[in-house]
Amino acid sequence: MSSPFVVLPIIFQLFLAVLLMFCWTRKNLQKLVSVVGSVIALVISTVLFVAVWEHGIYTTQAGNWVAPFGITFVADVFSALMVLLTTTAGLAVSVFSVGSVRNSRIEFGYFPIYHFLLMGLNGAFLAGDIFNLYVWFEIIIISSFVLITIGGEKAQLEGAVKYVTMNLLASVIFLTAIAILYGLTGSLNMADLSLKVAEIENRGLVNVTAILFLVGFGIKSAVFPLYFWLPASYHTPPPAISAIFGGLLTKVGVYALLRVFTLIFIPDSFLITLISAIAAITILSGGIGALIQNNIRKVFSYLIICHIGYMIAGLGIYTQTAIEGSIFYLIHDIIVKTTLFMVAGLIFKIKGTYSLRLLGGFYKEYPKLSLLMAISMFSLVGIPPLSGFWPKLFLIEGSLAVGNYWLVGFILLGSFLTLFVIAKVWEGVFWKESTHIPVKMQVKYFHELKPLKRQAMVVSIVFLSLISLAIGFGAEYVIQVAARVGSSLMDPQEYIQAVLGRSI
Amino acid sequence: MEILLVILIGLLYAAGIYMILRRSLVKLIIGLILLGNGANMLIFLLGKIVKGKPPIIPESGKALEGLYADPIPQALILTAIVISFGLQAFAIILVKRAYKVVKTDDLDEMNATDEDL
Repeated sequence: MSSPFVVLPIIFQLFLAVLLMFCWTRKNLQKLVSVVGSVIALVISTVLFVAVWEHGIYTTQAGNWVAPFGITFVADVFSALMVLLTTTAGLAVSVFSVGSVRNSRIEFGYFPIYHFLLMGLNGAFLAGDIFNLYVWFEIIIISSFVLITIGGEKAQLEGAVKYVTMNLLASVIFLTAIAILYGLTGSLNMADLSLKVAEIENRGLVNVTAILFLVGFGIKSAVFPLYFWLPASYHTPPPAISAIFGGLLTKVGVYALLRVFTLIFIPDSFLITLISAIAAITILSGGIGALIQNNIRKVFSYLIICHIGYMIAGLGIYTQTAIEGSIFYLIHDIIVKTTLFMVAGLIFKIKGTYSLRLLGGFYKEYPKLSLLMAISMFSLVGIPPLSGFWPKLFLIEGSLAVGNYWLVGFILLGSFLTLFVIAKVWEGVFWKESTHIPVKMQVKYFHELKPLKRQAMVVSIVFLSLISLAIGFGAEYVIQVAARVGSSLMDPQEYIQAVLGRSI
Repeated sequence: MEILLVILIGLLYAAGIYMILRRSLVKLIIGLILLGNGANMLIFLLGKIVKGKPPIIPESGKALEGLYADPIPQALILTAIVISFGLQAFAIILVKRAYKVVKTDDLDEMNATDEDL
């Protein structure tokens, strides 16, 4: 079905960002506009998701140029789901920003850039044209560059140098892959590419292009051995920025991988073995990396890498059950990782440090907050019936069905490592006797903040924790969503027909 | 023409990656710029070069006839140039700030992010 409202989630974020620029000096107004705007964005994306769920795929052709000649925007169930998750996490982080981001950062345009980032994310999910996807990726990275450096602390700048370099390299590799793909097929529309790539006789060149896409998106999604920029940079910006980065930015890479490797390049046995091996080592190296860290944000950064492995594993198994597992994991991970980084930020605001060695006695002092934080931590581990349990079940089932037993081993090992790491964090932050932490002058502590700011931080964590609980307890419904996305990815005929307006 | 471009693109990519692997921040930027230009030339080459046949419909006709240059790669390159221009401008400012704050341009000495708390 054709409808111009597909681009509304993008346009609305652009509108918000521009509006926020006009409120440049009025910080309180900016906070209000950002939160209210994020609520409206959530409503818009919910409407889009419900419409796509009920009526099938919506498309729009920019300038009414018929596909494959114009730029297409497509909202299928997968895209609409990702937009919904983006705006959900976006709302929570916007509220959290009200409480935690310092005025000196807001003065340099924190909120406008934040909404430009969300615009880029929504655009990347809705793009139906591979070059357009590249442009959205660039919008995402330029916004994230500004967010990661805003404030200009030493660690931030050093982290940013690594982050910027790897992201620019990933973009160049992505662009190279697009160039070769255009040379091979003469098309940029993803649905059209799906048909044309299947007809190419020179499979060697197609596989080389596929590997270039794998490397480009692999850097973005932080898979082994391309993840080293992530633990070097994600712990440097303020907690609200880490939260949106940890929750969403690597997932765009995963989204692109899932999209490209189910629609354009159907993996052969070599690619499947390669991807499942990458997934296994990513799980292992992320888990082991998290074990030895002392900074809780670095622990969580390594856990991001560990769990990216699970999402890639579904692609490495390549059956419908496994892809469903990946999609379910994606839903769970976006919500839980955003919460975890906000939790880390709250702990820092209260105690003034991220160090596991110095922290302690949190449970004794703040029992209610500790229980709240426990929800997201144990969801991450996947203790049934919390949300992390179900997708692993699907992945293991899918893996067993294709006889990929060693990958099952790695999935279980990764789960065990996550449990161990979270237990270590729990012991270090919440149970251990509290030690004397030197008071830092430059930190504005939680008890010094206004009540409204304190509430904003807690409310946003409660909001996402409730969603995470809902995903765990209402798994039946989430499985239906994952199943529909999985079947549409494994059989892209509906997508191709919706875009090109004709059957094959 | 094609063979010259192939050699040029290979040189740009090789030089770009070599410069990225150096320790100096400035060389890092130069490497990124070279890589970006290499990618743009690659799009140009793979868009199939046609000499002296612009995609302009003659006044007498209604559609393009015969062999003509594909305008899409040029649009792509233009977009990519503008984007990489913006990103490189940011990267240069970032490098300048990083140099002022960290007081070194040696990437090996930028390890505050690995420090234990």
